[in-house]
Amino acid sequence: MNIIESKNLDLFYSSHQALKNINLSFPENSVSALIGPSGCGKSTFLKTLNRMNDLIDGVKVTGQILYNGKDIYASDVDVNELRKDVGMVFQKPNPFMMSIYDNIAYGPRTHGIKNKAVLDELVESSLKGAALWDEVKDRLKKSALGLSGGQQQRLCIARALAVKPKVLLMDEPTSALDPISTSKIEELVVTLKDKYTIVIVTHNMQQALRISDLTAFFLLGNLIEVGKTEELFSSPKEKKTEDYITGRFG
Amino acid sequence: MKERAIGIIFTLLGLVSVLFVLLITVYLIVSGVPAIGEIGFINFMFGKVWRSTGSDPQFGILPFILTTIWGTIGSLIIGLPIGFFSAVYLAKMAPKRIRDIFVVIIGVISGVPSVVYGLVGMLVLVPFVRTVFNLPDGASLFASIIVLAVMILPTVIKVSLTSLEAVPKDYEEASLALGATKIETYFRVSVPAARSGILTSVVLGIGRAIGEAMAVMMVAGNVANMPSIFKSVRYLTTAVAIEMSYSSGLQRQALFSIALVLFCFIMIINGILMVLRRENKDA
Amino acid sequence: MRKKPFDIYMKIFCYISIILVGLLSFSLVCYVLVKGAKNISWQLLSTSPSYLEERIGILPDIVNTIYLVITTLIVVLPLGVGAAIYLNEYATNRKLTSLIDFASETLAGIPSIIYGLAGMLIFCQFLRLKTSLLSGSLTLVMMTLPTVIRTTQESLKTVPNSYREGAFALGAGKWRVVRTVVLPSSIQGILTGCILSIGRILGESAALLFTMGFAHTLNNYFTALGSSGATLTVALYVYAKEQGEFGVAFAIAAILLILTILINLITFFLERHFERRN
Repeated sequence: MNIIESKNLDLFYSSHQALKNINLSFPENSVSALIGPSGCGKSTFLKTLNRMNDLIDGVKVTGQILYNGKDIYASDVDVNELRKDVGMVFQKPNPFMMSIYDNIAYGPRTHGIKNKAVLDELVESSLKGAALWDEVKDRLKKSALGLSGGQQQRLCIARALAVKPKVLLMDEPTSALDPISTSKIEELVVTLKDKYTIVIVTHNMQQALRISDLTAFFLLGNLIEVGKTEELFSSPKEKKTEDYITGRFG
Repeated sequence: MKERAIGIIFTLLGLVSVLFVLLITVYLIVSGVPAIGEIGFINFMFGKVWRSTGSDPQFGILPFILTTIWGTIGSLIIGLPIGFFSAVYLAKMAPKRIRDIFVVIIGVISGVPSVVYGLVGMLVLVPFVRTVFNLPDGASLFASIIVLAVMILPTVIKVSLTSLEAVPKDYEEASLALGATKIETYFRVSVPAARSGILTSVVLGIGRAIGEAMAVMMVAGNVANMPSIFKSVRYLTTAVAIEMSYSSGLQRQALFSIALVLFCFIMIINGILMVLRRENKDA
Repeated sequence: MRKKPFDIYMKIFCYISIILVGLLSFSLVCYVLVKGAKNISWQLLSTSPSYLEERIGILPDIVNTIYLVITTLIVVLPLGVGAAIYLNEYATNRKLTSLIDFASETLAGIPSIIYGLAGMLIFCQFLRLKTSLLSGSLTLVMMTLPTVIRTTQESLKTVPNSYREGAFALGAGKWRVVRTVVLPSSIQGILTGCILSIGRILGESAALLFTMGFAHTLNNYFTALGSSGATLTVALYVYAKEQGEFGVAFAIAAILLILTILINLITFFLERHFERRN
C-alpha cells in the first residue's frame, strides 16, 4: 500500500524547470532513499511532499502528489494539517532557542494540546522514540542549544515525532554530523520504520545502502531509476545510474 | 620613528571619547554634589515640594523623578505594542516594497527634531486633550506621554526589525514543517529567537523617553506637581532646562544636582544596554 | 481551511499597528509641510528680524545652522575617523579598546540636555568660550563623536585583510597602508557618518540652549564663532514657546522636516548603493 506518491509532477522555479515528470511512490513503513548529484532535484522533490516549496517565491507545481489517495495540492487542503502528518528533518540541526522540553512540546502545543500530563507523556515517548531520552531526561528544562550536534539532530527528529506524523521526510540529516552521530541516526531510522514511512535524501551511497529499502536516482531534474535498494546498487538497469554509483565507489 | 609618532597620535585620538566621558562625569559630579550635600540627600530625592525661588525655598525633586518614571512607563505602554507589532509585520509579512518604504518613513520620523514634535504637540495634541477630557489646560502628563510614545516608536521598530530579520530561516522552516502556521511561527519561534534584540529596543526606547527634554517641555505644562495623568507636570529634563537661564546660587546648584540624578538614571540604562549587547554577541 | 483565533488576533494587531504608524507619520509630515508652506516666504528666508519694521526673518538662524554644521564636522571628523582607525588598525591592547568602546557607547546614550549642561560647564565657563557658536559646536562634537566612530569602524571592518597584507608585502609602512589602502576603501562609512551627524546637528536643540544662545544676528563666520546665535531648531522653540509666532515656527519646522527627509533618502540610497557594490 502506497502512503504517498507523485504523479506526472513538474516543478518550475520561475522559468527554470527543476523537476520533470516525476512518478514515484512510497510504500507504508519503508525507508526510501533519494540519491543523485547536487542540484539533481532530490531535495526539491522531497520538499514537494509536504509543500515546503510553497515558501519559496515563484515556485509552480503541476501534476499531483497523492497522500492517502488525496491530492495535497488541491485547494481544500489545510497545509498545516498536511505538515503535521508529513514531518520533516533538516540538513542542519535547527532546534529552537528554547528548553529541550519546549522544543518537543512546541508541535503538540501548536496543534492545541495544553494538558501538562499529556505533554509530559509525549515529550518522553518522542525522546525515547529518537533514542535521546536517557541522555537528556535529567536536563529537560535546559536549553537545547547546549546539546551536541548529533544530539540536536536527534532532538529535531524527536520534535518531528511529537506531532505523530505518518511520514517523515529527512533532508540529508547526517551531512553536518560526525561518523558516530551519523551511525546513531542511521540505527534510529531503521527502527523508526516500524511506525513511520521514511523518505531520506542522502548524498552518501553507503548510507542509502545501509538503511533503505527503496532507492530512487535523480539526475538533472529527472527520475532516472527506482527500485529495491540492493537490486539498484548491484544491477542497475540504467547506464547513468551505473556510472553514478560506480563513479562514486570507484 | 615617524611610524611611532603616528601610532601615538591615533592612540590619543582613540582616547578622546574616554576623555569626553570623564570630563562630563567629573563636571556633573563636581557641580551636582554640593547642593545635594547642602539640601540633604533625603530631602532632595524624596522631598515632594520644589519651590526654588520663594523666600523659603524648598528643593524636593520627587515630583520630577516620579513624573519621569510615569511618563516613561506610560509611553512604553502605548508605544511598545504598536512598535513591536509593526516590526513583526515589516520583518515577516510585508512585501519588500512596503518594507523599504516604511524603513525610510521610520528613518524620517526618528530624525524629526524634537522641537517639531513639541510644536505639533503644542498646537494639535494639547488643545485636543483639553477638549476631549474637558480640562482647563491640555498641557499635561497625558499629552507628554503621547508625544513620547510617538518619539520612541521609530527606535523600537528599527532595532526590533533588525533583530527579527536576523533570525535564521532554519528556525522558521522547522516550525512550519511541524504544521505551525506562518503567524504562529513568527510569534512563537522568530520573536523568542529575536528577544534580546527586542529587549534592547525597549531599553533604548526607555533611554530616549527619559532623556527627552524639548518636546516634553512644550507639552507637559512644566508645573512642579506630583504626577497625575491630567495635571501639568515637570520631568527631570525639563526641570533642568526651564530654570537654568535665570537661576543663581543654591537654585542653580540644585539644577546641576538634578542633572546628576538624570545622568545616574541614564548610566543605569546604559549598563543594561551593554549587558544586552554582550548577550547578543554571544548568542 | 481551519483558521486559528491566535492567527487572526495577531494579524489584526499587526495590521492595526502598521496602519497607525503609517497614518501617524503621513499626517505629521503633511500637517507640518502644509502649515509651513503657508508661512514660508522669500522675505522670511532672506532677512534678519527687525523690531522697527515688525518683521521676522530667519536668515541669521539658517546661516548659524550652516556654520554650526561646518564647524562641528571640521572638528569631529578627524577625531572620529582617527579613533576608528586606532580601534581597527592600531589597537593591540584589548583593555584599551574595550574602554574606548565603553566610552563611545556611553556617549551615544547621554541625552542632549546633559550635553548642554556639561558643554556649558566645560566650554562656556571653564574654557571661557562664553555662550557662543564655538561652545555649541564643541558640545555637539562630544555628541556626534560616537556616530562617526561607529560608521567609520563598520566600513573599516569591511576592508578585506588581503588588501592590507598586499600592501604590507610590498614593504609599505603601517601609516602608508592606512592612508593609501584602508582609508580610501572606507570613504563610504565616513560619508554615512557625516550625513548622520548632520542630521543630528540639524535636529539638536536642548544641547544648544545653554551653550550657543538665542541671538538672531547675522555675522560673518569668524565673528559668529565667538558670538551667541540661535540655530533653526532653537529659533523654532523660541518663536513657538516664548513669542507665540506659530507661523514662523511652522515655516522652520517644514524646512527642518524637508532636510530630515532628504538626509534619510540619501542614507537609504547610499547604503543600498554600497550594499550592491559589496
